[in-house]
Formats: sequence, structure tokens, C-alpha cells
Amino acid sequence: MKFTNEEILETIGMIAEDKLDIRTVTLGISLLDCSDPDPAVCARKVREKISAKGADLSKKADFVSNEYGLPIVNKRISLTPISLVVPVANPSAFVEIAHAVDSIAAEIGVDFVGGYTAMIQKGETSIDRALIEAMPEVLATTRRFCASVILASTKSGINMDGCYTMSQVMKDTAGRTAKDDGIGCAKLVLFANPVEDNPFMAGGYYGTGECESSILVGVSGPGAVRRAIEKLGPDADLGEVAETIKKSAFKITRAGELVGKKLAKHLGVAFGNLDLSLAPTPEEGDSVGQILETMGLAMPGAPGSTAALMMLNDAVKKGGLFASSSVGGLSGAFIPVSEDASMIRAAKAGAISLEKLEAMTSVCSVGLDMIAIPGDTSAETLAAIIADEMAIGCANNKTTAVRIIPAPGKKVGDFVHFGGLLGSAPIMAVNQVSAENFIKRGGHIPAPLQSLKN
Amino acid sequence: MGKNKKCIIITVIGKDEVGIVAKIATALAENNINIIDINQKILGDEIFAMTLLADRVGSSLSLPKITDKLKASIKGMSLEVTVQDSEVFQYMHRV
Repeated sequence: MKFTNEEILETIGMIAEDKLDIRTVTLGISLLDCSDPDPAVCARKVREKISAKGADLSKKADFVSNEYGLPIVNKRISLTPISLVVPVANPSAFVEIAHAVDSIAAEIGVDFVGGYTAMIQKGETSIDRALIEAMPEVLATTRRFCASVILASTKSGINMDGCYTMSQVMKDTAGRTAKDDGIGCAKLVLFANPVEDNPFMAGGYYGTGECESSILVGVSGPGAVRRAIEKLGPDADLGEVAETIKKSAFKITRAGELVGKKLAKHLGVAFGNLDLSLAPTPEEGDSVGQILETMGLAMPGAPGSTAALMMLNDAVKKGGLFASSSVGGLSGAFIPVSEDASMIRAAKAGAISLEKLEAMTSVCSVGLDMIAIPGDTSAETLAAIIADEMAIGCANNKTTAVRIIPAPGKKVGDFVHFGGLLGSAPIMAVNQVSAENFIKRGGHIPAPLQSLKN
Repeated sequence: MGKNKKCIIITVIGKDEVGIVAKIATALAENNINIIDINQKILGDEIFAMTLLADRVGSSLSLPKITDKLKASIKGMSLEVTVQDSEVFQYMHRV
């Protein structure tokens, strides 16, 4: 036999019991040829392009999934930032095109589309302003189109006016989706140093340096990593734990590469890249927090969580890099609170705070993710939280993001339920000390010294 | 794995009983799937574990359909069957 029984049973166990899966296959589509000053024509071109490239995505993904016996959980599309596609500074044009994207996405059976995106790290154009003005309405009236705004980068510094504007957009969006606990904000990601080939939503968009169309694969498998550490037993030292994580990450990445290459071939597009990110789902066992618990922390958020997470994130990257030449995207560990059973428990028990989560984001991808806070948090405080997270990304030359939900009418200790993969979360406390005068200064925080590398 | 082969790996695990190998082999033969290699063990005196490498190039069935046929062939027995393309193992366990 070509493979040993142990190898075969390990793989079967990873898929059947540890929920190793291809979390998403995301078809990147360039919309650069769809630009038109007439919003109706632009919307039609966008619809036609998405339909031409993506109509078969769902069917072909199911076929490849069946052929190889590897589950593909989500099929998604990422688009060129539409701030580069809609050439008119008119909010209603953005609403019209967003609705066109939302309806074609429903028709071809994809659950999320990324690309309602503006890049304002150094300042806004009139088009960016129109896109942002329309954003609360777009997020409240579409189901599938996800928004992202780039507020900072190591090269450009932090757009503080942008942070303030976006905190108000978040509050407006939460208010418009108040009956669903502010779910509109779950589709809005604010970035420092984003990657342009991220297959994961809500923060994915298809960068301008990408080719016409390509397949981006997001693999996950926190359960498989946890099981491998569990097998080591409590006496293995952390070096051995890191080695084990690396080996698991390698195997998971290889499975993703196989699926990505086959799917790209079936769709007749390029294989873009593979993003190995440990992304949890609310399902028990499919949790990044539980990996930290298995390492020996009673709950995520305990002292030691940042160290444990740094090791996990690093080992995942190292294993992934060796496994595929096409590793890209974010490739690390995600810590979205509402989407991770163990993180939800820790937040409920008060084991993890917003401040500890912020510290943890300095060593992992991506950032303050799916955190629900009281709806009466001021726009200034929210802007200051965003600015802090942008600063971590900026100074450390890494991607950081903010996806926070200021849940209308909710207080600390209440619970919000978003349903499905978005999960549910307790409302977390926010530091009440004022940052108002700092935020109201506005302006721009200059790029840090790290930007001067040339 | 030579040319023009579409190899799959089948695992059967569960309570040992008379006739498991025969039933699986018959189901494969009926669907024109050629067995290349078999590995079978009894773990701890009662758990039956078999891994089987087969070529499905002569069969028109999809992977889920093959799984259904094999499951049907051992219906009523306390066994779990999985079918996977062998390329998955090649990718995950060989550099």
C-alpha cells in the first residue's frame, strides 16, 4: 500500500471528526472594465461580468468537493473595490450598483461578495465620500455585499478623520439594522495594511494587482490542530506543541491546494492563492479558543493568551508556507468573539476584555473581530478604539482590522444573536474614560519610521 | 499510481463480523471498480479496520455514489465506510 494505515486514518479523522474543511472558495473578479458614468449602465456591466465569470462557481465547487471528498463550506466572490469602478461622486449610484451586485450574488448562489471598498488611508476623493455616505443604506438594504474601508497603512499613517467618519457610519448602520441587533456592522471591516487577495469575508476584496479572475481558497481546521495537540498530552513542552501545529498546518494547507488547483482548472481561471487561516465557527470543537485551552490556558483571555496565540499564529504560517508556493491572504489565526464557542464562554465569564483582545491582535490576524459593545458607546470612543487598532497594524507592519457591532439598546451583559456562522455574543464593556478631545482634533497621524525602508 | 488510473482509498471500520471483505469486494466488482491493494487488521480482538486502494477508472459512478453503494452492501452491520480520492492522501502525506 502506498500509504500507511495511520496516515489514512489520520486524514479520515481530520475530515470526519475534526471538521477539516475548505472554509471558502472565493472567485476574484476584476471589475476594471465595467466602469461607466451612467449608474444604470455600470450596474448592468457589473452584473454581466459577475454572471459570466461566476455563474458556474457553485456547481463546480460542489463537483470538486464530491470528487475529492473534501467539504467546501462557502462559495464567495471578491470584486475590485467599487470606488475604482463607479466614476461618479453620487451616493445613489453606489446604492444602485450595490443592489445589482446583491441580486446577482443571490441568483448564482454565493453567500457573500466583498468589494464595497474605499481606500482612504491618506485621504478621501469625492467618490470615496459618496461611497461612504451610501454605506449605511447599502449595508442595511443588501444581504450579501460586504463593505471594507482602509483607514491606515504603515506607508501612509492613520487617517484620523476617516476613523471618526467610520465610527459614525457604524453607529448609523447599527441603528438601521437595530431589529437584528445591528447586524449590518457584521458586514463592515475597517483595515490597516489589508491584503489584496483575502478569500475571507467580510474583509475580502480583489486588489488592482490581481489578474482578470482567479480562485482564492480559504482553508480552515482549528479542530484538527486542537486534536493533534491533545494527542501530544499535557507533558509535551511548547516547542513540541509548535512543531505539531506546524505539521497539522502543512497537511491542512495541502488539502486546500489540491482543491484550489482542481477548481481553478474546472472554472478555467488562474489559481490565485491559498489562505490557511484558523477560522472558527460557532460549532463546538471548531474553535481557536479551544486550541489555547488545549495548550493549557483555562480560558482564552487568561494571562499567557498573547504568548500562546503568537506561537499558534507563527506555527500555522510556517507549516503553510512549506506546504504551498501560493500561500497568501492573511494566513494566521482569527479570533472573532461571536463566532467561537470558547471565546463566547470567556467573554460571558469576564475572562476576556476588549483590552486583552486588542493585545492579542498584535500577534495574530486579524483584529477586533465580531465584538458586540453597548449601543450607547459614543462615536468618539468608537473612533478611538478603531484608531488604537489601526496603530497596532501601522507600527507592526501587519494587517489589523475592526469589525465591532455597537448593538442598539443593548447594555453590558446582554446577549446578541446574529445567527448562522456569525454566531452570538455577550455585550462587552468599553472603557468609559473620554477620548473625545483627542478624536475631535481630527487630521492625520503621520506614517511611522518603519515606513522609510527605501 | 500509473497512467489512466483514478485511485480511491476506502476505509471500513467497526465491529468484526463474518463476510465484510466479501461484501465490500462484491460491491466494488459489481460496479467495475478494481481492487489494487488491501490492508486489514483486527484491533484489540474486536474492531475491524480495513483500508483498501482501488481503481475506479472503469466505473461511471461519482465518489458519493460509490460511498452509497458500499454503505448499502453492509447495511445492518455496525461499520463505518469512507471513500476518498487517493490524491488527497498524496497531497497531505507526501512532499
